Amino acid sequence: MTTQAHAAVVHHHTKVRRSTRSSWIGLGILAIVVVASPMAPYVLNRGAQGSLVTLFSLITMATMWNLLAGYGGMLSVGQQAFIGIGAYGLVYLSDKVGLDPFMAVPLAVVTAGVISVPISFLVFRLQGGYFAIGTWVVAEVVMLVVMQITVLGGGIGLTFTGFSGLAAGRRIAYVYWLSLAGVIIAVLVTYLIMRSRVGLGFTAIRDDATAAASLGVRVTQSKRFVYVVAAMGCGLAGAMIAANTLRVQPTAMFSVNYAVFMIFIVVIGGLGTIEGPILGAIVFFALQQWLSGLGVWYLVILGVVAVVITLFLPRGLWGLISGNGRFRLFPVGYRVVTPTALLATGPAPEPDAEGAPHRT
Amino acid sequence: MTFLSVTGLDVHYGDFQAIYSLDLTIAEGETLAVIGANGAGKSTLLKAIAGLVPVTAGDIEFDGASIAHIAPHKRVAHGIALTPEGRKIFPSLTVEENLLVGGHTKRPGPWNLASVYAAFPLVADRKDRLGTNLSGGEQQAAAIGRALMSNPRLLLLDEVSLGLAPVVVEQIYAALPTITGHGTTVLVVEQDVKQSMKVADRVQCLLEGRTVLEGDPADLSREQIATAYFGI
Amino acid sequence: MVWLNAIVQGVLLGGLYALLAAGLSLMFGVMRIVNLAHGALAILAAYVGLVVVEATGVSPFLAMAVVVPIMAGVGYALQWGIFNRALAQGGLAPLLAAFGLSVVITQLLQAKFTADSRSLPTGDLATASIQINGDLSIGVLPLITFVVGVLAILGLQAFISKAPLGRAMRAASDDPDTVKLMGIDNRQVYALSTAIAIGMVGVAGMFLGIRGNFDPYYGQAMLIFAFEAVIIGGLGSLWGTLIGGMVLGVAQSLGSQFNPSYGILIGHLVFLAILAFRPTGLLPKAVTT
Repeated sequence: MTTQAHAAVVHHHTKVRRSTRSSWIGLGILAIVVVASPMAPYVLNRGAQGSLVTLFSLITMATMWNLLAGYGGMLSVGQQAFIGIGAYGLVYLSDKVGLDPFMAVPLAVVTAGVISVPISFLVFRLQGGYFAIGTWVVAEVVMLVVMQITVLGGGIGLTFTGFSGLAAGRRIAYVYWLSLAGVIIAVLVTYLIMRSRVGLGFTAIRDDATAAASLGVRVTQSKRFVYVVAAMGCGLAGAMIAANTLRVQPTAMFSVNYAVFMIFIVVIGGLGTIEGPILGAIVFFALQQWLSGLGVWYLVILGVVAVVITLFLPRGLWGLISGNGRFRLFPVGYRVVTPTALLATGPAPEPDAEGAPHRT
Repeated sequence: MTFLSVTGLDVHYGDFQAIYSLDLTIAEGETLAVIGANGAGKSTLLKAIAGLVPVTAGDIEFDGASIAHIAPHKRVAHGIALTPEGRKIFPSLTVEENLLVGGHTKRPGPWNLASVYAAFPLVADRKDRLGTNLSGGEQQAAAIGRALMSNPRLLLLDEVSLGLAPVVVEQIYAALPTITGHGTTVLVVEQDVKQSMKVADRVQCLLEGRTVLEGDPADLSREQIATAYFGI
Repeated sequence: MVWLNAIVQGVLLGGLYALLAAGLSLMFGVMRIVNLAHGALAILAAYVGLVVVEATGVSPFLAMAVVVPIMAGVGYALQWGIFNRALAQGGLAPLLAAFGLSVVITQLLQAKFTADSRSLPTGDLATASIQINGDLSIGVLPLITFVVGVLAILGLQAFISKAPLGRAMRAASDDPDTVKLMGIDNRQVYALSTAIAIGMVGVAGMFLGIRGNFDPYYGQAMLIFAFEAVIIGGLGSLWGTLIGGMVLGVAQSLGSQFNPSYGILIGHLVFLAILAFRPTGLLPKAVTT
């Protein structure tokens, strides 16, 4: 066969794929888990459901933080502002305004999104580490302002009474289902964004903003879009927490500890993948329970682990498990696949045009 | 003993191989010109000798000691100085400060602020100007002066003529006899063949990472050089 | 008149903030690292000072002679152990490592010293003041702190402009690869600049401890104030950091005068206003690289 003819055959049989067989299997397993999970209130006790809600809120906020940092390159230490807004939004809208909590949650989420827009104009004036601290300052300001507003309970806070009329078992179930829906939506939305053109443009921005802009990627708009989505996701997490703990109080709801949790979860789980934050949240949650007897030492241990992983295992636990991106549950990139028999020089590794994080 | 001896050198940039099993020798006090077209591997060779790029195979011996795996900042103490491609003058420092940084290692020798200014009056005139405010020729002269401040025994000049007007290039090369007059060995890498042949004792031509021609400039004809340079 | 007093207090407070922020500015200037552990390290210094004072009974000012070298050593070790590696990693690694470090330091302090408020005793000096006229008096301690802050900025500026190591730091900041060709190990330059930065943080931390109460979480506020001083003043300018510190101090002081719980909030709002309307700061550096 002539070189030209051979090239034509290879070209004909070469496909651009998004998923591998292993990712379909993985997704299948995940789908079964997701379908089974609404059954939990019938099977688990109230404490276990409450724990799962906490886990769901951690997954949600970590997924959002990863969207900002792992995909967008924006390291935020101020997402707790939106967690608090979501939490206060739920409590205020359902208690003071009288809305049904299932209506109040989406509204609180939208409120967080709306407020994040003017904030983005401010914080985008900063880069890198200064952006990080800037977002923290904004969160502090939001907290201090909320503390001055009496209708939001001032320094003392409010209690969530939206589900008060219900029996305890039913209330917990409602909170559980709400949170389950929330975390599924959060992860799904993130996955869809990263799979789309926006996501591709995003990884380009993260690698080299100027080059991306020269290719027509709308850098600032993309960043703002992701910032708003992340704010809404964190608002959702905040609503879950408020519904679960039944109280909102400024120093707790706007605590920088949430930022600590998000960052540690994503670093441990794996920056820049959808799976990383989920795995990280599960590991973090388990460690929190396991080490809870040690008081503050658990944060010391987690901090050391986070620093060690940042320096020596930059792709986190998921990077380790997935062989650095070979196996993906949520494939977001593109892969060129050519049947190996057709390649003249024998089997070649498939060039992976993935959106995996560039740590150069 | 050869002053600088490169044997069987391989250099890779990731998967791309830039230099293939290259041999090169320089005797002390000699001026060697390494010429070749873009991408021939000339600058890579200098960076390997200076230590800015790692060596995948082969060895570099300087004055009897193997330096192939010594960190770049340590090679300066051995007496190797590189004037990098693109000059790389520190933009936020003045010319004089650039020179002072060049003299950081305080190696003994004839070169200091006064003697550099004497050899390059152009630089002396601009000594208080910031690096960003210099023209190409001024930057090049300052960069060479900066390299001299470490009193090197081997001076590596990377593409001195790049982006400069011919008149300016001549002015710069006019200072070369002062440098070699002190006994400094010079390795010049150039795309400008005419200029480099004028100053060199020997010439070595590279093509795609390999040596294709070598010899005394007086012995080589223009056709030989053109064939080697372009690989035809 | 009470307002004039508040302004003067704010200016003097600015000296402390400038002292605190100088190290942050230096580390960013030399190696583009925003040290998120900066505040935690300041508080660490205060606790180290506390240990020294309680063990030996010397005055906190004398204790600085021990604390500052210790903190400089800590900075040097941190740069080689953590930050140089993180820089080689690139991307978000330096920020993430610094963040993790800040949590570890804060929680370690919490574990060892609990969240109780502490302070470094200075006896009569704590309340001594100079009476200027009927309504205006200046505390001696704030005045000393301010003078130290200004001297620190002056000294650092002179060091960076004139000293060989300062030159090497500027060169390494411009071009880390080319500086190696000068025989300078840029990682060693980084370690020495971090040593200086954290040494200065040591001084700042001691003055913080002398000035008032501190606890392990105080570092978070300190990081924020240092950062606000740098941004208000303008990135890349040490004098800007001093001005920024004073503006912040005055804003906080006037805010507290208005309503005690507003002080810090007003400071934040002034910072946000600068960010909104003059994002390059009050004294932005002329030469950009």
